[in-house]
Amino acid sequence: MGEEKISCRKVWKLYGRDPEGFLRTHGGAPDIAAVRAAGYIPAVRDVSLEVMPSEILVIMGLSGSGKSTLVRCLSRLIEPTAGEIFFDGQDLLKASAKEMIELRRHKMGMVFQHFALLPHRTVLQNIAFPLEVQGVARAAREARAREIIALVGLEGRETYYPRELSGGQQQRVGIARSLAIEPDVWFLDEPFSALDPLIRREMQDEFLRLQQMLKKTIVFITHDFDEAIRLADRIAIMKEGEVVQCGTAAELITNPATDYVREFTKDVSREKLLTVRDVMEDAAAEDASGPSIAADEKISAVAKTVLETDSPIRVVDSQGAGVGTLRRARVIDALFGGRE
Amino acid sequence: MAETATGAESSPPTGRPRLPSWAIPVLLVGPFLALVMARERLPAWAVTVPEPWHVPFIDWINAVVKVLRKDAIFGLFTFRDLTRAGAEAIDWPLQIVEGVLIAGFPALGLPALPWVLIVGLAAIWGWYLKGPRLALLAGGCIAYLALFGKWKLSMITLAAVLVAAPVAGAIGIALGILAVKKRWFEMLLWPVLNVMQSLPHFSYLIPVAVFIGVGHKAGTIATILFAMPPMARLAILGLRGISKEVTEAGIMAGCTPRQLLWKVEVPAARDALMIGVNQVIMQCLAMVVIASFVGAKGLGHDLLFRLQSLRIGQALEIGVAIVLMAIALDRLSQALAARQPAHIPEGPFWRTHPFLTAAGGAIVGSILAAVLTTPLAQILPKDLTVTTAPMWDALVDIITVNLFDALAIFRDDLLRHVLIPLRRLFQLVPWLALVILVASLGWYLKGWRLALTVAGFILFIAFAGFWPRALITAYMVAFSVVVCIVVGLPLGVWASRGDRRTAIATTLCDTFQTFPSFIYLIPVIMLFQVGDVAAITAIVIYAVIPIVRYTMFGLRAVPSEIVEAATTSGCTPMQTLWKVRMPLAFPEIMLGINQTIMFALFMVIIAAFIGTRDLGQEIFRALTFADAGKGLVVGLCVSFMGLTADQLITAWAHRRRQMLGVA
Repeated sequence: MGEEKISCRKVWKLYGRDPEGFLRTHGGAPDIAAVRAAGYIPAVRDVSLEVMPSEILVIMGLSGSGKSTLVRCLSRLIEPTAGEIFFDGQDLLKASAKEMIELRRHKMGMVFQHFALLPHRTVLQNIAFPLEVQGVARAAREARAREIIALVGLEGRETYYPRELSGGQQQRVGIARSLAIEPDVWFLDEPFSALDPLIRREMQDEFLRLQQMLKKTIVFITHDFDEAIRLADRIAIMKEGEVVQCGTAAELITNPATDYVREFTKDVSREKLLTVRDVMEDAAAEDASGPSIAADEKISAVAKTVLETDSPIRVVDSQGAGVGTLRRARVIDALFGGRE
Repeated sequence: MAETATGAESSPPTGRPRLPSWAIPVLLVGPFLALVMARERLPAWAVTVPEPWHVPFIDWINAVVKVLRKDAIFGLFTFRDLTRAGAEAIDWPLQIVEGVLIAGFPALGLPALPWVLIVGLAAIWGWYLKGPRLALLAGGCIAYLALFGKWKLSMITLAAVLVAAPVAGAIGIALGILAVKKRWFEMLLWPVLNVMQSLPHFSYLIPVAVFIGVGHKAGTIATILFAMPPMARLAILGLRGISKEVTEAGIMAGCTPRQLLWKVEVPAARDALMIGVNQVIMQCLAMVVIASFVGAKGLGHDLLFRLQSLRIGQALEIGVAIVLMAIALDRLSQALAARQPAHIPEGPFWRTHPFLTAAGGAIVGSILAAVLTTPLAQILPKDLTVTTAPMWDALVDIITVNLFDALAIFRDDLLRHVLIPLRRLFQLVPWLALVILVASLGWYLKGWRLALTVAGFILFIAFAGFWPRALITAYMVAFSVVVCIVVGLPLGVWASRGDRRTAIATTLCDTFQTFPSFIYLIPVIMLFQVGDVAAITAIVIYAVIPIVRYTMFGLRAVPSEIVEAATTSGCTPMQTLWKVRMPLAFPEIMLGINQTIMFALFMVIIAAFIGTRDLGQEIFRALTFADAGKGLVVGLCVSFMGLTADQLITAWAHRRRQMLGVA
């Protein structure tokens, strides 16, 4: 199955009576009107995605768009109605209950929106819990738990109970617990949505810092587009159970697939997000006389040069070789085009 | 009892044909009234089911009982052997706990725990769970038992509770877990729990007497059976109430199903389970007292004996002991349920575990005191205990001397001018009329399924042949419930205004509700001797609690913005009450009335002890003759009366809440 860590093909999840039968009789791919008319609740419709190793894929959508159901299908907390899911090339939907337990014990970690800590266990015991259920001896699992406590910055809170911690601290415990087994794949289901805006920001930085060190393969759910842009390598936007577009933030902004995506990207400050490379023309400029700019610069950083130079500007890569041309009209179009 | 199985799934009442608002009550109640009025013209079979039509439920059950008792259906042994073996199995933990608390182990040369130790442990535990006030309350209540010469009886009762409660709790949790895991089992369990929780106490005693015999063991087993249903119910609710994410976190951690259950789900449901434990303990205590009818020893046994010989003063003394024990057990187990885990700062052992250290000290100290220095610490000799019986006797004398005439006049007038005419009125109701009434109400409130259920309940009562008796029970319950509403509703309204009043009323309700129901008979006998007035008074005192509680709770639960909106609209306090708070709290109040009906039904059967002539008397007779079939069938009649009211009121409250958008 190539190199992708997780991939899913044509995954469906419908709620209602005998959804498998319904899908079969409708050729496996009914449209949303047909699903609704038949009285089914479409949670996930025909989703195909892949996640590369060490990539952060953010699944973005409003509440009810099916993003939480999708991530639960990927971890098989919810049984999909139809489709295939591959994990390291292994067909997840064919795995036995026992194999799933093994996979979860060694390969998967998950963080939950409302933390989902066990109220009767201390911080240390919560974090050691995944190791405990696989039978790791107490000394070893507590030593490991203490390592991660240091990693997420909760030293001194080992003997506290979840209800004695703030929301941000509780989610640190949730994160630490999910990392205790050193998973390959990390599922995060709106991990920061229940936190105050300031704490949320802090936790996002913390998350990026951790990922710098750990390089996990991540599926991250959010309803917050700004959060998606900050964290994502790629973003998949969901609507009514369907992935309407999947790509980098720049792709979504410069080339929205639908009006729905355009609506989301409308208010993003593009000059801070887009790079020269995103808006340049690929043909190297013939006229090499004027100033040149680096392809990886953000538009905001080169805005002054662009405004002061009337002719097209040469774009160079880090070696100084010409890779394209930037025209002022394209910059203006990228920044202000498509807005009302 | 308020939340029954079928209450949750009704659809909003839309799409019914529009009728003028007066038409619905007329259509629902009209046929009933017409049939009652036309009673004289109805054929006799429509009024009371004639003898030949009776369905011999009793004979059927007794046939089964006979097979179970006599025939060797399991090859080597009978069902009765099995139940007796179960009774033997309960005997040894009972022996051990009784040995520890009171009897000692003469064979090993070991004495029981000294009373000072048990008082000390209760106080330390109370302090650990909540603080010095609970320590004082728990220690004080237990100390009273020793100082006032009720130590031995109390400890026997306590031993029965301490053995029955864990067994009932464990069975209840097991049933709850099974129901949550297996859908078919839950479908089976809910109706059984509904019936069990509305079955009168005495109905549990009869099968136990038949299969196990009479005695202390039998009483303990009846107690276990009686106390188990609320635990099962709360276990189901608790396990269902766990956040979905917590379960998912357990699965994602790689739990096997067994690990998920024991390491995640059961601990996460702790709060609900602990409330269940509190209820189980209180139910056990209530039942241990009543189980004295089949020979359970302890406080209940003595109370029964004194009541039967009309020694009211001594009965009151024992009643106080039971009440104090109930308060101590209730407050301790409630504090246990409310206690949340907290981290322990580091330090030396006596600092990190001060209560454990204190308990250790108390054990060593009191045993030393008992063994070495003074036997007083072991058990107080009789001449050092105080008896309050003379005081109570004096009180009873004062009341009888000074109030006897007034009370007798009140009693006789009430009987002559209100109760007897009312009873006659109730006895006019043909079974057919009531079946039609409940069926049409059920259909209107929820649909055909409810209509058939409640009609089936009434048909059972009619065709089991207990219609006239059931009507007497209904009359007593109906009158009592009306009095409860008249008294309880204003009390609830009063208590809802202001935090202080609510706190006082809540404490009073909590306290009175912990009293075993049997206790309420004592003052009533003192005031009115025996008969309907005494029975109804006992019912009212006991059953008024839920209506006060629910009214208060419902009124306080009205969102403050809505009250503020009413105030800013210029409502007077009275207008706010009647036009805003009452309508919004009304569904809650109806659930309180529902509970009041259930409580009244429990009490009306217990009141058979003081000479009523309704279903309770029939159960009482069945108990005397160990007639399991009759006891169960009459018990079911009572249970079905309660369930009819419960199902209809719950359906109504649910519908009303949906209309108000608060469900």
